[in-house]
Amino acid sequence: MAGEDELKLLGTWASPWVSRVKLALHLKGLSYEYVEQDLDNKSDLLLTSNPVHKKVPVLIHNGKPICESVVILEYIDEAYGTTGPSLLPTDPYERAIARFWVDYIDQKLVIPWKVAFTADGEEEKTEGIKQMLAVVQTLEGALKECSKGKPFFGGDSVGYVDIALGGLLAFLQGTEELCGTKPFDIANTPLLLAWVERFTALDAAKVALPDVTKLVEFAKTKRLRI
Amino acid sequence: MAAEGDLKLLGLSVSPFVVRVRMALHMKGLSYEYIEQDLFNKSELLLKSNPVEKKVPVLIHDGKTILDSSAIVQYIDEVWAAMGPSILPVDPNERATARFWAAYVDDKLFSAYVGINKATTEVEREEKVSEMLAVLEQLEEAFAKNSNGKAFFAGDSIGYLDLAVGCHLLWLKAQHKMFGVVFLDAGKTPLLEAWAKRFAETDAAKEVVPDTGMVMEYAKKRQAYRAAVAAAAATAK
Repeated sequence: MAGEDELKLLGTWASPWVSRVKLALHLKGLSYEYVEQDLDNKSDLLLTSNPVHKKVPVLIHNGKPICESVVILEYIDEAYGTTGPSLLPTDPYERAIARFWVDYIDQKLVIPWKVAFTADGEEEKTEGIKQMLAVVQTLEGALKECSKGKPFFGGDSVGYVDIALGGLLAFLQGTEELCGTKPFDIANTPLLLAWVERFTALDAAKVALPDVTKLVEFAKTKRLRI
Repeated sequence: MAAEGDLKLLGLSVSPFVVRVRMALHMKGLSYEYIEQDLFNKSELLLKSNPVEKKVPVLIHDGKTILDSSAIVQYIDEVWAAMGPSILPVDPNERATARFWAAYVDDKLFSAYVGINKATTEVEREEKVSEMLAVLEQLEEAFAKNSNGKAFFAGDSIGYLDLAVGCHLLWLKAQHKMFGVVFLDAGKTPLLEAWAKRFAETDAAKEVVPDTGMVMEYAKKRQAYRAAVAAAAATAK
């Protein structure tokens, strides 16, 4: 049991992908060294740890780097299988469903959000918003299906899909100011609204997610990269 | 053979993502009903099974629907863990490496050759070909680093990453015939070139991978479809 187990996380404070990893580490009760990166002046450590993408997050476990937030989440769950709660479900079918929704979030939610945020033209922006809201509506259905009346996508406790979406929460909460539309509302997405309340109340969320006001200000300077 | 329940796969024979799943099923020695889909005229079963994405592959196991090729392959590996070889490595670090490169390939390799298919000008095509060659150089390095001198990404026999990369080879072969580009050559990517030959010789690949003629025919069909859509949009304006 004794012996060094060293975890280091390379990240940036605003990155939702980094937030995902912080959430997972906190939920598992794991201690780690966090090293804030300057993406305008990339460190040697970042460049050697992630030579392919040169991006954050990078989790370095006992000197070995793991890259890509989703890959890192599954790694944490597997390398620390007996520590803290399980992040993925144990049943293979439920695992497949969780993996599908995490991939859906990454493929479908982020791009229209970015369009809604950065578009110069009114038509483009409206289209981005429309697509984003359609995706959010689908996720409302996903939450209903996965939670089966329980508080989280993972059921009674936070799981893989919760973490994947939860990492994006500060952005989602800042969407009204940044994109000009509320992503969630009581009429269309009551389950997600309630989920947001529950998730932000978690200790892990308080530590892992950036302050929404600070994030919105930073995003507005357009120096934001996600 | 152990009870595998009722297995159905909705697919398209030339889809790399379907090829990947079929190879996984073959590795586990599973029998299943394969139902080829017409993606230009989507079936009710496909639309009902995958209402969110309307895509293949779709695995239906004892009435349960499993979507997304990576999720399906991992599902197959987990449910039938006791049958056949392990598709994913056992060690968490090796699993992370396999998943990382699989995601890379599905993003960068796939978008490069889809771009080559869709290119309407020579310049556009050459751009995408350069992208493709850069990706293959990365994969050559990845193979050198991760195979430990063995025959496949996974070691002595094929595994998750071999399936993830290998399933795209049918399109590289087709594009070589269609556009004359040399993607894998003994000069620039010797390891990958040798690996690709070994991959094509595996039982699973021989069983599942369609011949290049079929792939080229489908590419022509898609091109015609795209042209028709563009023409319709032009007259509609």
